Amino acid sequence: MIGLKFMKLGIISLAIGMFFGVIGGFQFLFPEFLKEFLFTKTRALHVSMVVSWIFLVAIGGIYYYLPRYAVNKLYSTKLATWHYWLFLLTGITVIASYLSGKFGGREYFAFPPILSIPIFISWIFFGFNFFKSMSLNLKPWPVYYWQWATGIVYFFLTYTEAHLYLIPYFRENMVREIIVQWKSYGALTGSWNMLVYGTALFIATKIGGNEKTASSKMAFSLYFLGLFNLIFGWAHHTYLVPSDTWLRTFAYFVSMTELYIFGKIIWDWRASLSQYEINRHNLAYRFLFSADIWVFLNLGLALIISVPFFNFYTHGTHVIVAHAMGSTIGINTMILLASIFYVIGNCKHVELTDKQKKAVSHGLKLANVSLAVFLIALIIAGVGKGVFYTGEPYQVIMYNIRPFLMTFTLAGVTLMIGIWAILWFAFKSLSQEIAKNHESQEINEAVNIKS
Amino acid sequence: MINNRAIFFALLISYFIYTVYIFVDGTDSLPGMVAHNEESKHGQELFQKYNCIACHQFYGLGGHMGPDLTNAMSYRGGNVGELIARAFLANGGNGMPNYNLSEDEISSLIAYLKFVDKTGTYPPKVYDMTWYGMIYQEDDPDWPSEDTE
Repeated sequence: MIGLKFMKLGIISLAIGMFFGVIGGFQFLFPEFLKEFLFTKTRALHVSMVVSWIFLVAIGGIYYYLPRYAVNKLYSTKLATWHYWLFLLTGITVIASYLSGKFGGREYFAFPPILSIPIFISWIFFGFNFFKSMSLNLKPWPVYYWQWATGIVYFFLTYTEAHLYLIPYFRENMVREIIVQWKSYGALTGSWNMLVYGTALFIATKIGGNEKTASSKMAFSLYFLGLFNLIFGWAHHTYLVPSDTWLRTFAYFVSMTELYIFGKIIWDWRASLSQYEINRHNLAYRFLFSADIWVFLNLGLALIISVPFFNFYTHGTHVIVAHAMGSTIGINTMILLASIFYVIGNCKHVELTDKQKKAVSHGLKLANVSLAVFLIALIIAGVGKGVFYTGEPYQVIMYNIRPFLMTFTLAGVTLMIGIWAILWFAFKSLSQEIAKNHESQEINEAVNIKS
Repeated sequence: MINNRAIFFALLISYFIYTVYIFVDGTDSLPGMVAHNEESKHGQELFQKYNCIACHQFYGLGGHMGPDLTNAMSYRGGNVGELIARAFLANGGNGMPNYNLSEDEISSLIAYLKFVDKTGTYPPKVYDMTWYGMIYQEDDPDWPSEDTE
């Protein structure tokens, strides 16, 4: 049940995180909107909560899948419970620090660095539990277990790197500071992508029922390309930072190839599904299919901004935001929702009615259409800011692209509504499953005592 | 068949080698860089304390509410950048909150922005592009000085 609890917490985190994102969008347009609640707070809350969503649901899935598919039981459910509570309490403290205006002031890690210690410890619990559990699985691992293991190992490395700024050697040299930031953030994103992509391949394998695919040469080639990308792929963010140039060109090729192969693999799996299996896991399949499409679209955008010439005009603009949002919402979120609905589809005590499934499908459609508008508006705003910039003051540039920022914000509202609709049914189902499980556990215990 | 573990560990080792390289070379000393003094260090702390990166950027990293500040001190020439920055820091405006900063805090933040300004030009003004679209700029450590014309 601990996996389901992680997922539930992730759902809450995304629901609130999106709400702060929408508030931030309006503050972006109207700086006087909720003036006392500064943008520096709303952005930090938005980023931390949506990143937590990714981690929580990916981790929840792993806790759920391991004892059911990989080994007989989790090494320590108690340790996983400690992990849950430590994550939750740290999360509450992070939110409290933002609300009270106490910042560490780093991009993506705006909380005071002391709070990274419990986060790090909670990952030690997770990593220890994962590797101890998997040590009992003596068969050769399919690629998704490798991806999960890699995600955990590289989280430790890249999260540590992200804190090197605490050492004066890094903090006091601005170029090194910036390079190390991009390196650690880029690779950290790669590490959570390992967890998420591993989840996608796991579900696709289980839905397709063909375990061989996950152990194929093609799957491992993709995995190693992904790992290569994790290590070297961050450099495309630093095209315009003074540094050695050979590092940068190389990373893009790896990154693009990885996305292409990933999309192709899911595509092939989809084609091999029998009609029965598609219907049985309909919702999970639909979310994976959505992720599949977003992979291709995001690949197109990545290809364009990967060329340094185009990057010159798009770096530091909303085009890069579109790329980040396309990856985290279109790919990561869709995969994680697929994981949640795959789990719900396997729950013993809960089954979604046709009406509820229809409502989720409508939510998905609304989310996909909104996301498309959201990203197009961001791309146009970014192009307006980057390509057509002729030296005007910043406020003039922002005024010129305002209609697109307005479209982006409004699309953000409908995107939030669509995702909320999906999350509502997911949350309700997981809550019911947890409650019913508690009930049956209590009944079993009572029967045992009587007998 | 090549062992998956061997590839994994080879990549892990390459990660460490590459990381050490990044940390010690290529970013160590660039021409024109000024020293980080006590005042600019204090400015850096204040920049983080007020979470300024949520709205502003350095080298394109950060939020989009306000302008990129990499060359905020120099891009208008003279001390115009400093005067504008001082006015915003003291009073807020155009979406920038008034943090009621003291004169010392404002000076520290200005010192920090001056320190950053000397580290490079963003976006690059003097650059060269190869046939495959790669851009080299004058602040790169391997930029040959005679090609800057």
